[in-house]
Amino acid sequence: MNHHRNTTTIAAVLLVVLFAGAVLSLKKVDSYRPDATLEEILYLPSGKTLKHMSLGYSGLLADIYWTRAVQYFGNKHLKHSEHYDLLDPLLDITTDLDPQLIVAYQTGSIFLCQRPPDGAGDPDKAIALLEKGVRANPTYWRMYFTMGFVHYLERHDYKAAEKAFQAGSEIPGALPWMRVMAAKMAEHAEDTSTAMFLWKGVYENTKEKSIRETALNHLLSLQAESDIEQLGRRVQAYRDRTGSLPANWMDVVRAGLIPGIPQDPTGHLYKLLPDGAVGVEDPKQFPYLGQGRSTK
Amino acid sequence: MTSRLAAITLNTFREAVRDRVLYNLIVFVLLLVASAPLFGAISIDVERLVLINVGLSSISLFGVIIAIFIGIGLVSKEIEKRTLYTILSRPVRRWEFIAGKYCGLMMTLVVNAALMTAGFYLALAITSRGLRAQDAQLLVAVYFTVLQFLIVTAITLLFSSFSTPIFSAIFTFALFAIGTFSDDLRDFAAAAHGITKVFGLIAAYLVPHLASLNVISQAAHDQPVGGSLIFYNTLYALFYSAAVTAAAVLIFERRNLK
Repeated sequence: MNHHRNTTTIAAVLLVVLFAGAVLSLKKVDSYRPDATLEEILYLPSGKTLKHMSLGYSGLLADIYWTRAVQYFGNKHLKHSEHYDLLDPLLDITTDLDPQLIVAYQTGSIFLCQRPPDGAGDPDKAIALLEKGVRANPTYWRMYFTMGFVHYLERHDYKAAEKAFQAGSEIPGALPWMRVMAAKMAEHAEDTSTAMFLWKGVYENTKEKSIRETALNHLLSLQAESDIEQLGRRVQAYRDRTGSLPANWMDVVRAGLIPGIPQDPTGHLYKLLPDGAVGVEDPKQFPYLGQGRSTK
Repeated sequence: MTSRLAAITLNTFREAVRDRVLYNLIVFVLLLVASAPLFGAISIDVERLVLINVGLSSISLFGVIIAIFIGIGLVSKEIEKRTLYTILSRPVRRWEFIAGKYCGLMMTLVVNAALMTAGFYLALAITSRGLRAQDAQLLVAVYFTVLQFLIVTAITLLFSSFSTPIFSAIFTFALFAIGTFSDDLRDFAAAAHGITKVFGLIAAYLVPHLASLNVISQAAHDQPVGGSLIFYNTLYALFYSAAVTAAAVLIFERRNLK
């Protein structure tokens, strides 16, 4: 009986110690081959071959590949990587395995089109993925919205954007603003409100944290850009009226040109520089603020 | 005849339950409970889709594995334990023995699938905070899975009627895998010429057409399955499984059991 108990104790201790040893060794192994798992997966680069090998369970395999694509993007994004080489093949395999997996086209194309380090910086591949999505899901009009978004904001191809919004607007059930967007594209409208509308659409249509964060940053930057442009005009009006630049915002308020001290979208006050330029307090809060940051 | 058939069927079912076959349900429930929230946390927008894919694929895969691993021993075990001689010494015909074994294994698979389906719907209701009317369509995928079991069980029984358990398992799994490629086999035959076309067509119709019995992806995306497809798939599964069972009976009738 005693002998039996001793064996059990030794076996239990060995189990814990040896398993801990195995885990530690594996961690060491991982440090020598950080990207090996994904590289191994792409030894089978064809989604069509994988679909055949899935024995009919391709939907399940597609979910696994989509998860891998998201994980791959997330890891690269965290490291602020400039290269997302495996992202396109992973998305291609996912959508070959399950052509109806809408989220892979919609979110995947945003992953692909954004400039590094926010994405792969390849809007052409994003468009190719969306075109594949449209072929497989011709009645899903929101795919055309994303396509128009990529053409407009990343490729600056207004004609293609107009065609995408127009095609989407013709699908039964499409919201009326798709037609409005098509008309806007026809005008080659490079205005802030159009860009804001598109980013708002992206923000509302995705649950992906990094995409929502990027969309929000774009929205904040665009709002600030628009504010700075308007404030710059008021400063110019003050100068035209008084012949000198305002010393501070109170001068402009007292002149009746603005109702109060202006605040940026994050709640900080806009800066009025000695040369009359308008700027933001913390530029890091507005990573996509372009030339309008110091409008004269 | 009916009572003899029923007795063999019930005995086969009882034996499977005694062999703790239904223990796989615990693994299934754990899989369902763990997979959807886990995938939901590390992926985007696919929690429900993953639950449906994992749930329906597991019902199908577990069933096929059970069908193969129990089916391969149905005849050989009885010979090994010499119980077959006791059974056949009674007024039980060989075909009744085969048909009874087939029905018993099907009963096991249907009970197993029914319990899994109940667990699956429960998990779906919890994850999606309630069920929708469209979720009833998922039952079509489960029904097609049961039709798949009809065919796989018949094939397992066919091989087990003349081969060893290990070879029966290999042959059945190979035929199951080929069955999922049956569309390609038919395309290949259509593109071929002459004698290759003839042999290709014969092979394409000889292997089970399992591709059309898998509508899991379709069901997961709420795409309806037509009534005609349900009807003709049912007809096909019944004809095919009955034909294969008849072949098993033919072989077993002629088998020298001494």
